[in-house]
Amino acid sequence: MAGLPQKMNTQAGSVADVSMAEREREIQAIVIGASAGGISALMNLLAPLPETLRIPIVIVLHVAEDKPCRLAEVFSFHIAPQVRFAEDKAFVDVGTVYFASPGYHLSLEKGVSVEKDVSNEKDRSIEKGAAIKKSTWFSLSREEARYFSRPAIDFLFTSAADVYGAALLAVVMTGANEDGAEGLAAVSRAGGVAIVQDPTEAEFNTMPLAALNLCRTARILSLEQIRTLIYRLETLDAG
Amino acid sequence: MRKPEATLDIELPLLMEAIYRKYSYDFRSYSLASQKRRIVHALRQMECTSVSELQARVLHEPEAFHELLQFLTIPTTEMFRDPEYFLALREKVVPLLRTYPSLKIWIAGCSTGEELYAMAILLKEEGLLARTILYATDINPVVLEKARKGIFPLNRMRAYSMNYQAAGGKNSFSDYFTAAYDAAIFDRSLCDNVTFADHSLATDSVFAETHFISCRNVMIYFNHDLQDRALKLFHESLCHRGFLGLGSKENIEFSRWGNLFDAVDKPWRVYRKK
Repeated sequence: MAGLPQKMNTQAGSVADVSMAEREREIQAIVIGASAGGISALMNLLAPLPETLRIPIVIVLHVAEDKPCRLAEVFSFHIAPQVRFAEDKAFVDVGTVYFASPGYHLSLEKGVSVEKDVSNEKDRSIEKGAAIKKSTWFSLSREEARYFSRPAIDFLFTSAADVYGAALLAVVMTGANEDGAEGLAAVSRAGGVAIVQDPTEAEFNTMPLAALNLCRTARILSLEQIRTLIYRLETLDAG
Repeated sequence: MRKPEATLDIELPLLMEAIYRKYSYDFRSYSLASQKRRIVHALRQMECTSVSELQARVLHEPEAFHELLQFLTIPTTEMFRDPEYFLALREKVVPLLRTYPSLKIWIAGCSTGEELYAMAILLKEEGLLARTILYATDINPVVLEKARKGIFPLNRMRAYSMNYQAAGGKNSFSDYFTAAYDAAIFDRSLCDNVTFADHSLATDSVFAETHFISCRNVMIYFNHDLQDRALKLFHESLCHRGFLGLGSKENIEFSRWGNLFDAVDKPWRVYRKK
């Protein structure tokens, strides 16, 4: 794995500006996985977000299963958008930041009764997006822990890739295990945008390195660049 | 060219249809993400290279279906999981259950029985066990047999004992089992009034009028339609103002029948038929 980050680093500067630009409007959901060091990194990442979001953000952050968890509470105190735990069978609400509940795996599910796309001559991609968002829902599960963690980032990412395909942006951040690598590879295979926090700056680099190892097409961005990118994706249509 | 995922998306519903038509087990309305993970896991364990191959085996070899069934159901369960749920039962449900001369309680999707034994212990301590008939149902005959035996790994007892105390336990947890080597054999008398039965929330109907149904972390594996069916079934089974207990992260508010129940304890998901 040595030498890999250096090679990838050469992409970092250009990615956020050029190759993403045409894709940005297609992105209909963001999924983020973080483990050790994740709380402060996520606080930093989400801090600039406005109250109204364009697309949903779903986060798996590894935390202890057996302690009362106040993640949603803590984050909603610090950031502007609505923050909640993703609830079983709830429909994904566009303007919300969701956290996975400890003790359960979180997945995204396609709606069974998808409403037909009403093609709008002005902007079909937006209309299509609206149909996806309306029908997507959360499912919880008590399958075995993965990498000693439940929720698992891999499960969220893989199921999100199935639902959103190319319209998904996935980010693997700081962490001391290998969760998220397989999921990120699935996102990439489905045509989605795979992003890894620069291992040289991540508080714990095991998770970013594992993700890069399994998903060679992932783009490496600094926390600052990811933050700028997510902010831009969320505010595309604003003002 | 199709991606492998897309092929799997075609094969998965075909397999579930085949299972339903051949064996009458209905997994067609389960939530897909976890079902897909379990099938992928089963493929590896059963050494099949594709779901189509697995389907051929399942259709032609009944043993293969019974093997697959063990992968399709999630046996994760423990005693007095979420102690606050059992505390809520003691405080908010038991006082009303006491007013009935005889009781019928249904543990739906009882899996290997941990929840059933926890409930029996609670009822015993509240003086209700002798006048209660418990129905413990599941679709998987293998886990039902384990539940019937009431033998659990001894190394789990420490954690269960802590749960038990937090759940308002009145005795010492070790009073309820005998340790033998690495197993904890539970007091047979807890099951004197238990009826174990094969029952599917997807295909079967109501079999008894009940006062309380506990069905925790079962419907999380269902899609909205199947959850609707199960809730309707529970509503039909429950007596006037009967109680329903669910897993702590479950929701009925997205179901069309959600408004047929009042929340008695919202955080710990104890509901009551309106």
